Amino acid sequence: MSKPSDLVQGTLDLLVLKILALQSLHGWALSQRLKQVSGDVLQVSDGSLYPALHKLEQQGWIKAEWKPTENNRRAKFYSLTALGRRYLNKEAANWERISTAISSVMRLDEV
Amino acid sequence: MRLRTLFRRNRMSAELDEELRDHLERQIEDNLERGMSAEEARLAASRTLGNFALVRDKTHATWSWGALEQFARDVRIGVRTLCHTPGFAIIAILITALGVGASVALFTVVRGVLLRPLPFPDSDRLLMLYEHSSPNAGSGDSPYNVVAGGVFAAWQKENSSFASLALVRDGSADLSASGGQLPETLNRANISWNLFPTLGVNPALGRGFTSSDDSPNANGTVVLSWSLFKRRFAANPSILNHTIYIDAKPYTVIGVMPAWFQFPDSTVQLWTPVYHEIPEDIISRLDFHMFRVVGRLKPGVTAAQATQNLSIISQRLHNSQPDNPFISGAANSRPLLEHLVGDVKRPLYVMLAATGCLLLIACLNVANLLVARTAARRKELAIRTALGGGRMRLLREHLTESFLLVTAGGALGLVLAWAAVYWLVHTRDNMARVGAIHFDGVVAVFTVGVVILCALFSGFISALNTGDKQVLNALHESSRGHSAGSSRAHLRKTLLAIEVGLTVMLLTGASLLLKSYQRLRASNLGCLTQNVLTMHINLPAARYKMPGPATANFFETLLERVRALPGVEAAAFVSAAPGEGYDGDFGFSIAEHPPLPRGKGTFAINRSADPGYFAAMGIPIVRGRTFGSDQKLDQANEVIISQSFARQYFPGEDPIGKHLRIMEKKDLHVIVGVVGDTRFSIGEAPQPMQYYPLYAGDQNDGTLVIRSSRDVEQLAMPVQKTIQEMDHDLPVSDVLTMNQMIGKSTLDQSFDAALISAFAVLSLVLATAGLFGVLSYIAAQRSGEIGIRIALGAQREHVLGLMLADGLRPALFGLLLGLAASAATTQYIKAMLYQTEPLDPAAFAAVTALLISSAALACLVPAWRASRLDPVRVLRME
Repeated sequence: MSKPSDLVQGTLDLLVLKILALQSLHGWALSQRLKQVSGDVLQVSDGSLYPALHKLEQQGWIKAEWKPTENNRRAKFYSLTALGRRYLNKEAANWERISTAISSVMRLDEV
Repeated sequence: MRLRTLFRRNRMSAELDEELRDHLERQIEDNLERGMSAEEARLAASRTLGNFALVRDKTHATWSWGALEQFARDVRIGVRTLCHTPGFAIIAILITALGVGASVALFTVVRGVLLRPLPFPDSDRLLMLYEHSSPNAGSGDSPYNVVAGGVFAAWQKENSSFASLALVRDGSADLSASGGQLPETLNRANISWNLFPTLGVNPALGRGFTSSDDSPNANGTVVLSWSLFKRRFAANPSILNHTIYIDAKPYTVIGVMPAWFQFPDSTVQLWTPVYHEIPEDIISRLDFHMFRVVGRLKPGVTAAQATQNLSIISQRLHNSQPDNPFISGAANSRPLLEHLVGDVKRPLYVMLAATGCLLLIACLNVANLLVARTAARRKELAIRTALGGGRMRLLREHLTESFLLVTAGGALGLVLAWAAVYWLVHTRDNMARVGAIHFDGVVAVFTVGVVILCALFSGFISALNTGDKQVLNALHESSRGHSAGSSRAHLRKTLLAIEVGLTVMLLTGASLLLKSYQRLRASNLGCLTQNVLTMHINLPAARYKMPGPATANFFETLLERVRALPGVEAAAFVSAAPGEGYDGDFGFSIAEHPPLPRGKGTFAINRSADPGYFAAMGIPIVRGRTFGSDQKLDQANEVIISQSFARQYFPGEDPIGKHLRIMEKKDLHVIVGVVGDTRFSIGEAPQPMQYYPLYAGDQNDGTLVIRSSRDVEQLAMPVQKTIQEMDHDLPVSDVLTMNQMIGKSTLDQSFDAALISAFAVLSLVLATAGLFGVLSYIAAQRSGEIGIRIALGAQREHVLGLMLADGLRPALFGLLLGLAASAATTQYIKAMLYQTEPLDPAAFAAVTALLISSAALACLVPAWRASRLDPVRVLRME
């Protein structure tokens, strides 16, 4: 994605990528994991998760695969591609920079 | 990934559903594990996911090719809305098909004939060369004169600009009966041996000519066209090296040209070497203009330089014999392509312009229909806009609709174009380069371009009409709409005015061409044309020695026998009948007049005729008499001149008894008669003519004319039989009545006039229909207002007048526009007109009358209907 998206959208992408970088997950598990790691601070509705996932897939940053799960079911597992990993690294660094900057500005306020 | 997204959308949608369902199920399971009831678990799961359909749509929207999908949806909607109004759709499609069809067909022809390069390698280096002659003591000069053989020889020897120069001379050839086939007369070209190499063409079979074939002493050789090879020799290659008889002389077939090769035109069916065919004493002369010369420029030499080079040579020849005024002093050139298609260039471009007008009218009409539809759907559109329907989205729907209409029309138009081109190629197979007309990539691009332009044009014009400002008005009006209409019809009226203007231009062009054609057909050839049959005979020099008694005896016997046939009123023989073309001229001097200044001369068209010719053709003998019966062979010393000859060269004196001296005949000839003028070609002014006795025996070909009091065509067979009895190996060609011949020679003009008229009538119909539609619409919109007016006591005649004026105003405006534009553009067809001025007042008046009456007719019905409105019913309807 070349143009900067709004913060929440971009953040969600980043979170998804980061989680998928650690392990491949299907949609529901991913939503559970999101809630778990963010400690319910980041309210991600399940409804906006799927558009984000599919967009990332269209962009080639993650790839999906149908895999059998327990009880004879199957689920769509998402995992990071090499392209996605590069993007994640870049964006993570970016995020680091911005958040540091914002934090320092916020600290100014406290003085 | 992307392509998968494009082609496997259904599968992907199914998978998305499964994925989302899977998510829900897992959430429900999770909720159950937390101890919720089944119902509670389901509801909670749905709540966290949100609106299932919305999530699905949002996700769907992230997929690639969304725009394409959207487009497909627009197309679906468009097709559906158009299907709701099939009448509208069909009319619009047909109109577009006509416009696109006509312009694509014409473009195909223009591209094939005018734009496509000649099928020869480096064809841009090929020039047609001419002599620029200005010998005349009399009339003006001829910048594109044919070239004398001696001049060609000098050019060839001395020029430094051309890689090669080649001679061409059209002629006819009588192919003798052989192998069970009848004798026939064909068109041939006598060419110098290097013509094929100059053009860069090799025979498909056998070989071309060599320089040793191209000499008076060589054995006869001939190269066949592919069509002759196929038709007469069954495409059997064993004909190579066999002997065929042309003009009763043996020729060895040495080669066959490829099927596509046509030169100088499509009628030529065999080629023979010119130096073998044309006597040396003629081909070496400097003043016997009879050849076309094709030259191939050396690389890096421009046409102007090369022409200059030849002019210098001509100038030297001219100066070397100052006593001979008929040796030209300069050369001239034109690109070969221009020479070949020069005659059809202007008519084709005019036709293309006419189809352009027709296409524009079709577009305007479709735009008009779309505007009318938009107006009818105003409330729907207003509500959609009010509900937040994006402007782009509405515009896109609009464009999609017009795109659909125009594309369907374009596809149909392509079929029409194909049919039209097929028809044209088969009816006008004598047109220059007709074989080069094909549908090809460029035509395809042109078609697509035309369709896209039309779609954008009509779409945008109609979209212009749906401004934002109107939304509120439209919604307001939905309650009471008494004053609606007239302002909104403004755009439609403007479109109509333009349409009427274009129609007027087409009508003016058509009426000028029609008038010119009528004048042409009515133009007096100067002789009888009813019940006159003509046929061409060429006595082969090999069997009829010339000059000598053989030809004279043949013609005399032939005429005796033909005159004896029942039904024949008169018969005669002439080297070329009126309307058959220029044929040739003799330079002459008048013995009784003082000699002309050095380097100046006079010449006039010459004919050989038998003494009965003038009576047979009804050409009046104004003074003197026809040839005496003693005018035979060496005794022949009489000449008859035409009236314009007498006027031009014997002003104020009696030509009878004066003597003409001509180079071609030994003795002085005494003028014994003056006859009425005839035209050598229909559409050309009569020119001075000199007639010499046929029985002098120096003429071996010409036209037999037969006059009868009843259907003269029935005499064609008996006369041909008589000829066959006299010489069974003598083919007869061009058996035509005078009227057929005139029809044939005015075919171009009749074709142009008919086609333009068809376009004009078509656009008149379209414009009238448009006018009718607009006024009907306005009347319907204003019915409330009119109802009130009538209820308040307005006279019905007054209402009628009001509505008529409303409809006629754009028509009148368009008429003025069209007349002005016509006045400016008819200059361009001036060269196509015969005895008709481009600003012919009668034609302009006729167009004006026709247009006003059709417009009035178109407006009368809706206006009358409006004036008959029942106010009670109208007001109740509100």
